[in-house]
Amino acid sequence: MIFLDITHETCPMTFVKVKLQLAKMDKGQELEVILNEGEPLNNVPASCEEQGYKVLSIEAVGDGKHRIIIQK
Amino acid sequence: MTDKKDLTLVCFSGDFDKVLAAFVMATGAAATNRKVTIFFTFWGLNVLKKDYGRKAQGKGFLAKAFNFLMGGRNQLPLSRLNFGGISPYLMTSMMKKHNVATLPELIEAAHALGIRLVACEMALHILELERDDLIEEVEDVVGVATFLNESENAHIIFV
Repeated sequence: MIFLDITHETCPMTFVKVKLQLAKMDKGQELEVILNEGEPLNNVPASCEEQGYKVLSIEAVGDGKHRIIIQK
Repeated sequence: MTDKKDLTLVCFSGDFDKVLAAFVMATGAAATNRKVTIFFTFWGLNVLKKDYGRKAQGKGFLAKAFNFLMGGRNQLPLSRLNFGGISPYLMTSMMKKHNVATLPELIEAAHALGIRLVACEMALHILELERDDLIEEVEDVVGVATFLNESENAHIIFV
């Protein structure tokens, strides 16, 4: 599983980093992303699903941060 | 993929802050699955110059003077409170402090996301610039008809 922390990124690099990381991966590979609530949490999972990727889980990990697992 | 509308940005301005806004919208749109084109014209062409600093490009005296005074990507002025060119540096340091992507980072991201960068043929002629004076990422030099045709079903934002 590949890991990406975008809690220190701000718009638009939150989406950009996830998109570019997924582009580099093979179909079926999983990506773990740590992101903040608000804009990233509202839009990153949705934007991944639009591209046909599967969001396997979303869980709060405290401090307003969330962990999502995306499968390409 | 999706049936999202394409986005075309006309980057007319060569102001640091406005160019930044254009690239934020462009990269945000591309990262959320939209096809994006940025059409650079007039002052916006400064962003695409291969030489980031000041260089007297062109043949005639006026073109040389304009190109030298405008400079390239590193010389973009802030649209307000430019303070003789110091403000873009101050603004960049503030952006870094707050983890906001800087202009070079956004330009690199735009390229990585496959955003189409095109330059206005007419403005290049006026400034006596050639395709080779622009960065490699520029896909094409086009006229207004091509820009309009390609943007027929797109949102168009003028910056």
